[in-house]
Amino acid sequence: MLTCKEFLQELNDFLDESIDGELRRHLEAHVSECPNCFVILDTTKRTIRVYKGMDPQTIPDDVHSRLMSALDKKLAARSNS
Amino acid sequence: MADTTPTAADLQEADELALVDQSRKGDGAAYGELVRRYERKIYRLARNITQNDEDAEDILQDTFIKAYEHLDTFQGNSKFYTWIVRIGVNESLMKLRKRKTDKTVPLDEPVDTGEDPVVREIAVWGEDPENKYSQEELRKILDESVQSLRPAFRTVFVLRDIEELSTEETAQALQLSIPAVKSRLLRARLQLREKLTRVFKRKGDDVFAYL
Repeated sequence: MLTCKEFLQELNDFLDESIDGELRRHLEAHVSECPNCFVILDTTKRTIRVYKGMDPQTIPDDVHSRLMSALDKKLAARSNS
Repeated sequence: MADTTPTAADLQEADELALVDQSRKGDGAAYGELVRRYERKIYRLARNITQNDEDAEDILQDTFIKAYEHLDTFQGNSKFYTWIVRIGVNESLMKLRKRKTDKTVPLDEPVDTGEDPVVREIAVWGEDPENKYSQEELRKILDESVQSLRPAFRTVFVLRDIEELSTEETAQALQLSIPAVKSRLLRARLQLREKLTRVFKRKGDDVFAYL
């Protein structure tokens, strides 16, 4: 059985599903027997999920307008050159 | 060659490539559509990296202007977003490094000390935060947590878990090795997990273990 320290070292690859075979089975076995690592795995997954699920905020209207007018100038300069 | 039947994803891709193509020919409306699709993401990226609204606005403009000027170098073998986000990252990092008043830890500080990541707070979360908090409240909690990370960790987390770049793309954008990206990402994820657990843990539960 892996130690908690070893489990933590592999946590990222485990979460990103870039681990296969024997090591994955060892990690799964550790999580099923270690309540602390089970909680760490679950709350880390939820941490990532909550960030991924957050849509980018609409940008302020004035920021958008200034962006578009900066681009218009650029495009105009290009078509005149 | 792949199957010729276009999938929905293929169509989306083709549409985007067509927009790039039209933009190259000077079609402002086509480029405007590309801007509309990605301006929020680039602005979020810039704000997350620089933590400054004015800098973020400059970066937003510089990124889309630079991208327009260099559209000819976009090969079309990666997604347009992956390409433009790299420009956004470079602009953001330049801004961060240039900021004379910046007193925070530099981005390329040696943080990979080989120490084991530390976990202190181990508690079960209650209801999903997405259901418990309003979008606005949740955004505030998430923003404050991510902004409290050291720049070296924050940047990796932002690229990997918010902007969803691959480990390889993140390494390339930040000029870090893949092991350095992985190590920083692990620390960032665990630190955020820790911060969010303090807010989201089930009521009545407290720390019940130390590793």
